[in-house]
Amino acid sequence: MQPEVMRSRTGAHFRLLLRFLGLAIAMLALPARAQENPYIVTYDHYLEEPGNLEVEYFSTFGTQRGGNDFHAFWVEFEYGATAWWTTELYLDGQTTFDDSTIFTGFRWENRFRLLQREHFINPVLYLEYEQISGADKILKEVEGHDVESDYAVPNALARKEHDHELESKLLLSSTFKGWNVAENTIAAKNLTGGNPWEFGYAMGASRPLALKASAHRCNLCRENFIAGVEMYGGLGDRHSFGLRDTSHYLAPVVAWNLPSDWTLRLSSGFGLNDNSHRFLLRWGISREFAGFGEMVNRLFEGRKP
Amino acid sequence: MTAMNTMTTIKSKPKMKVGSHRACIPVASAMLVIIAVSFAAARKADHAAATKDDSVYAELAKAPKKATARRNPLEKDPNAAVAGGKLFERHCAECHGDMAEGGRKAPSLLADPVQQATPGTLFWILTNGVVRRGMPVWSKLPEPERWQIVSYLKSLAPAAKQSDDQRKSPGR
Repeated sequence: MQPEVMRSRTGAHFRLLLRFLGLAIAMLALPARAQENPYIVTYDHYLEEPGNLEVEYFSTFGTQRGGNDFHAFWVEFEYGATAWWTTELYLDGQTTFDDSTIFTGFRWENRFRLLQREHFINPVLYLEYEQISGADKILKEVEGHDVESDYAVPNALARKEHDHELESKLLLSSTFKGWNVAENTIAAKNLTGGNPWEFGYAMGASRPLALKASAHRCNLCRENFIAGVEMYGGLGDRHSFGLRDTSHYLAPVVAWNLPSDWTLRLSSGFGLNDNSHRFLLRWGISREFAGFGEMVNRLFEGRKP
Repeated sequence: MTAMNTMTTIKSKPKMKVGSHRACIPVASAMLVIIAVSFAAARKADHAAATKDDSVYAELAKAPKKATARRNPLEKDPNAAVAGGKLFERHCAECHGDMAEGGRKAPSLLADPVQQATPGTLFWILTNGVVRRGMPVWSKLPEPERWQIVSYLKSLAPAAKQSDDQRKSPGR
């Protein structure tokens, strides 16, 4: 390769790197907005505001009978493409105690608002592609015949299994007198033939602790807290639909929307039958960056004359 | 758990085995394309909102009669406009401007069509959004908070009049 060409490419890479650094620094200066629901598994019908990016980190600590307890974690990048379309990338990992820490895969999720205006029940279509290993333990959804013993497999063995899955959900959600009630039905299919469609559900109800905002800025005002409960579980598959050999959880949830634009979430989930983990403790932290899309456009578009 | 049990667990859930990362390439490419399209779509929506102000204001006329007739239950609450200002700063100022004067993404709320709209109409717009033009629904804010924002918008009437006067006589 000619030295001039190499220099030119190096220069281009350097400029690209500078732009990414500029983007990272500029993100710190972006205004942030937070008014998030407390759910960790259930989805309501509210999408990300257009042009905003929400960066979220979540953890799940799970007890494990017949194996080692684990700490699974994931990072979400949620972007509001339009007011009716939100797209999201997940990166998953887990630590199994006395075993190892591994990256377990990624998910790409899209949510589409189906109706323009607000109705008593608001439907949203959810489509997700995931490429994860059998060692994934984030339990972001429970479907089919997922049971506790599936998660007892040592990492070295479990990571050899690769899931290549398409997941669809119909999200139904209503808001009435400050209460939000959401219900999600799940249908998931391994993209290669042979495996049947698997089904699951998640539902939740939540309400802010105060419905009116106070006139002053405060951290511990009741209006900043949203509390609720969610329940989720599997419904078998196409060949054996129902509750047999499925796991189910009930989890009180709370979100604290700080005026400094961070949101903290906490959830303690309890298994409802012998197929479920006894206890799942989840927590998360997120921050929303307003105007991210516009900023990226400005950075990569160059100056207009 | 014994090794035998472990193997049984895996066999009970047959899954596809992907031998290499080859499958990642088309998926990653598709993701990049979709992300690029999403940025373009967001930009188009922003542009539409910024250039078609009249159409955005026309949305006010679409409020049903029952909604426009609703009265603000907090109109006599002296703190409502102050609290509404706090909520406006947090949720609305990014697009509509710090003083509601409008921005690249959303129109001015000091304009006549907004200031002359009934509180019920503004509440209806806040609740339903104008999704096609990029304004999200705000029903995730509890009803009293939406009314507080309406109180704040109505408290901007003097600023709106001043802005209108300046626009009509720019030489002064």
